[in-house]
Amino acid sequence: MPKDSGIGASPKRREDIRFLTGTGNYTDDININGQTYAWFIRSDVAHGTINSIDASAAEAMEGVLKVFTSADFAEAGGIPCGWEVTDRHGQPMQEPKHPILAEGKVRHVGDPIAVVVAETLEQARDAAEAVEIDIDELEAVIDMKAAVAEGATKVHDDLTSNLCYDWGFVEENREAVDEAIKSAAHVTTLELVNNRVVANPMEPRVAVGDYNRAGDEHTLYTTSQNPHVIRLLMGAFVLSIPEHKLRVVAPDVGGGFGAKIYHYAEEAFVTYAAKVLNRPVKWTSSRSEAFISDAHGRDHVTKIELAMDENHKFTAVRTDTYANMGAYLSTFAPSVPTWLHGTLMAGNYITPLIYVNVKAVFTNTVPVDAYRGAGRPEATFQLERVIDKAARELGMDPVELRRKNFIQPDQFPYDTPVAVTYDTGNYDATMDKALEVADYAGFEARRAESEARGKLRGIGVAHYIEACGIAPSNLVGQLGARAGLYESATVRVNATGSISVFTGSHSHGQGHETTFAQVVSEMIGVDASQIDIVHGDTSKVPMGMGTYGSRSIAVGGSAMVRATEKIINKAKKIAAHLMEASEADIELKDGAFSVAGTDKSVAWGDVTLAAYVPHNYPLEDIEPGLEESAFYDPANFTYPSGAYICELEVDPETGVIDMLNFTAADDFGNVINPMIVEGQVHGGLAQGIGQALMEACIYDENGQLLSGSFMDYTMPRADDMPMMNVDHSCQTPCTHNPLGVKGCGEAGAIGSPPAVVNAVIDALHRAGHKVEHIDMPVSPARVWKAMHG
Amino acid sequence: MYNFEFVKPSTVEEAAAALQGEGAQALGGGQTLLPTMKQRLASPETLVSLTGVEGMVGISAGDGTVTVGGATTHAQVASEAASAYPALAALAGQIGDPAVRNRGTIGGSLANNDPAACYPSAALGSGASISTNKRNIAADDYFQGMFETALDEDEIVTSVSFPVPEAASYQKFLQPASRFALTGVFVAKFPGGVRVAVTGASNNGVFRWTEAEEALSKEFRADALMDLRINHLNMISDLHGSQEYRAHLVGVMTRRAVDAAG
Ligand SMILES: Cc1cc2nc3c(=O)[nH]c(=O)nc-3n(C[C@H](O)[C@H](O)[C@H](O)COP(=O)(O)OP(=O)(O)OC[C@H]3O[C@@H](n4cnc5c(N)ncnc54)[C@H](O)[C@@H]3O)c2cc1C
Repeated sequence: MPKDSGIGASPKRREDIRFLTGTGNYTDDININGQTYAWFIRSDVAHGTINSIDASAAEAMEGVLKVFTSADFAEAGGIPCGWEVTDRHGQPMQEPKHPILAEGKVRHVGDPIAVVVAETLEQARDAAEAVEIDIDELEAVIDMKAAVAEGATKVHDDLTSNLCYDWGFVEENREAVDEAIKSAAHVTTLELVNNRVVANPMEPRVAVGDYNRAGDEHTLYTTSQNPHVIRLLMGAFVLSIPEHKLRVVAPDVGGGFGAKIYHYAEEAFVTYAAKVLNRPVKWTSSRSEAFISDAHGRDHVTKIELAMDENHKFTAVRTDTYANMGAYLSTFAPSVPTWLHGTLMAGNYITPLIYVNVKAVFTNTVPVDAYRGAGRPEATFQLERVIDKAARELGMDPVELRRKNFIQPDQFPYDTPVAVTYDTGNYDATMDKALEVADYAGFEARRAESEARGKLRGIGVAHYIEACGIAPSNLVGQLGARAGLYESATVRVNATGSISVFTGSHSHGQGHETTFAQVVSEMIGVDASQIDIVHGDTSKVPMGMGTYGSRSIAVGGSAMVRATEKIINKAKKIAAHLMEASEADIELKDGAFSVAGTDKSVAWGDVTLAAYVPHNYPLEDIEPGLEESAFYDPANFTYPSGAYICELEVDPETGVIDMLNFTAADDFGNVINPMIVEGQVHGGLAQGIGQALMEACIYDENGQLLSGSFMDYTMPRADDMPMMNVDHSCQTPCTHNPLGVKGCGEAGAIGSPPAVVNAVIDALHRAGHKVEHIDMPVSPARVWKAMHG
Repeated sequence: MYNFEFVKPSTVEEAAAALQGEGAQALGGGQTLLPTMKQRLASPETLVSLTGVEGMVGISAGDGTVTVGGATTHAQVASEAASAYPALAALAGQIGDPAVRNRGTIGGSLANNDPAACYPSAALGSGASISTNKRNIAADDYFQGMFETALDEDEIVTSVSFPVPEAASYQKFLQPASRFALTGVFVAKFPGGVRVAVTGASNNGVFRWTEAEEALSKEFRADALMDLRINHLNMISDLHGSQEYRAHLVGVMTRRAVDAAG
């Protein structure tokens, strides 16, 4: 019998009532008395020198309060970068200033130049048209390899070149890897592009700044995945506002996918302008603005070489990657192609020698940062594609080649040659499960049936690993993070026994309000309806590093478990006192405390009431009240893994791909709410399949974004998606966090692109087309071109 | 969006008179015009709504002709023309999404003449007659290149009359993002011969593929087209497909249309 509450049950998501009935409280729903509206004037050229800005006519227009330019921010700091990467030669990365509003130069289409604040949005827009801006256009640097060529135009004059860093990992292995590749029995090489994508959460970014003169207090309402991080970055580095004078609220947030992690100029702008004008200031992004101002994702160009011995055992991997940073360093940009990517190049396999080289490059494009999976999809894509190619070259079944090189269950904990230690896993188990669910054995019959209809059927397999639950602070500190990556939780038990949990994790669609309550409900035995999950407000939650890197349940959930354990310990003391028993004999079950071996018991509510009405209370031993906090800093990353299988048909006449079905067999360790986990995988798959087949963020040579709206940027839609068979019955619990959980948010986006592309290539090969690779998105036009030359 | 006046006349004469005003522009379903205004790329001073004009909304059939009022929505054509001219109804039912189909009108689509729009291929492929407040224009004379038509500035498409063919089909290859036609082909078989109109593909907008018409008029079978290739040089090349790909799709979609028309 499946449980109907607690860990392992699938209650419906409690937050959906408000999301589905229009009663959510999103940032744009927040309107403050006296509110004004900001309109950002953005560069329409990719690179240029600002000669002059004349706002006099605009400032004289009706309703206009002020037109801001960079001159108004002379005292402010630049938008900070949260991660410093050290290059192959021990030098720090090149880090340009990222001003709130362009200073002297514009560096990408969408770079903000000036902001009009007016009584109404229409007045602000009208006035924006009257601001005269004179820009001399400069040559745009778009192609990464051209950007680092000798004599290339520089994106930042004060840097020595457009190379942010040249990173080598593991640098000491460089020569040994070269040697292993030279002496290998077989080397498979593949060059590929990991296409740039735009996250496009359903809710665009919004920021509302408010200022209270009496207390010199600032409030920023913003669409963020991590309000405390914004408070820290903006308060400490940009506007010099101490934490106790700055409140950041991220209320209901309609999806983030990474793009809402970062501190953006618009947040600093509205916070600052609210003080200057002594009026609340609101900015709401349009979809068109989102395309040119939200951080983009991916954008790697890679060459990978896989070396094998005569027994088809992997001996070495060497990769050479160009990673686009865009025009400025977004908050976590430098970490994505390095520590979130290089450390995953072992995949699920025993590969003794690995060398990853990454050149991060500045271009006149929108900054690029983490997007669902961040670095790990890029690693998985190249590895799982090159293995497929190797299998074909060797005449082997791609599943067998993988199995032959899998890390075996008895080898855990397993130290990879790329600095991480996998705690648990069983890759043959997930592979077996996926093959079973997808009926891999029955493929040939299905293919023959497709062939009879004139369609080319293909099947593609990929096995991924990711590092989630980001991350041990001491480790990331050594790697260049300028922050700790713990999480905090406070559990407040009220007098009547109801519970408020304050978590530093932020839910922007993941359903934490449901799952987190399930965990506490399981631990204490009170009904989940008695438990509220509070998040997203720095004035309520003591501290939080937020939600990204599939870290919420693994890190935030662990902090909550620790705090709840403290609550239980204290409550047991109170219960022991009430029942005049020894604390060691107290048991908590189904919301009641009992004395072992007796029929004495006292209800949860009696204990909580005693804590707040301490008439009969061990005051000499413990304080009244029942509220506990905990910080949890993980000992290691978590390592979800899984086998993905994609089956599809290609229409040989048009190149159109019909996704038939997709199987995901994931090992997420223990699962709190299977329904929510399935939903997370569905969403990840939609984004992975979208990246593989549809999404293309394309700049022309002048730096104009050609795919700047949904008319040209193919967002996947429900009817583009295949049947998804999602299984998470293979579970090797994480060994180092209290719930044994690994995280499931990014898996779908990580494992699916290579499975899809492998399936397309498989279909073409089976039909006699010797096509080795098609770059994503594998559009009908690209498939047709690959087939017909 | 800039401020504008809004008028909703009830007769063609009133509408025509309103359009004489400085900066006045006709408004059908607004599915093209309103987004343009929101982006501040268009700034009409007066919008003259046509959806309340008597006689401009609705569908009538008889004498081998289906006549669609100029302000009739795509959704209405999709449902109400289904028995009289199934291929036309099917085309209307594939335009955009339900919201677009419930607002967008045939007159707006033909007046706009987007090179990737669907209706122009039905009008040209059927040899339709486009009636305005001033005259009747044969489809062959009406379409004059991308976003160009024979209409005068203030002319109103009041109705469109489609001769109903013996057999017809519209085959649309979707541009994956917008789901307009990357290439769409309308094939119509009349007693006097076959017409083939292609949208989405050419830099000159909708056009007739005369070689295919000749081949199909001799023998109405997809195989009759096997040796035909259309020149790609005048085709559109963009993010979603090269000239060569579009030229290839014209052949594929035409053959599929012939097969579907039966
Ligand atoms: C999301 C989306 C998807 C779409 N997908 C498709 C698609 O797949 N295929 C397709 O063909 N189209 C598509 N369209 C376009 C849609 O069909 C529009 O409705 C149509 O092109 C314009 O019709 P309208 O009535 O909305 O015209 P409006 O937007 O009101 O007007 C368009 C132009 O025509 C003029 N005009 C309007 N009515 C008349 C008239 N009776 N006489 C003279 N001039 C007139 C206006 O002045 C204006 O210049 C799509 C639109 C959207 C927003």
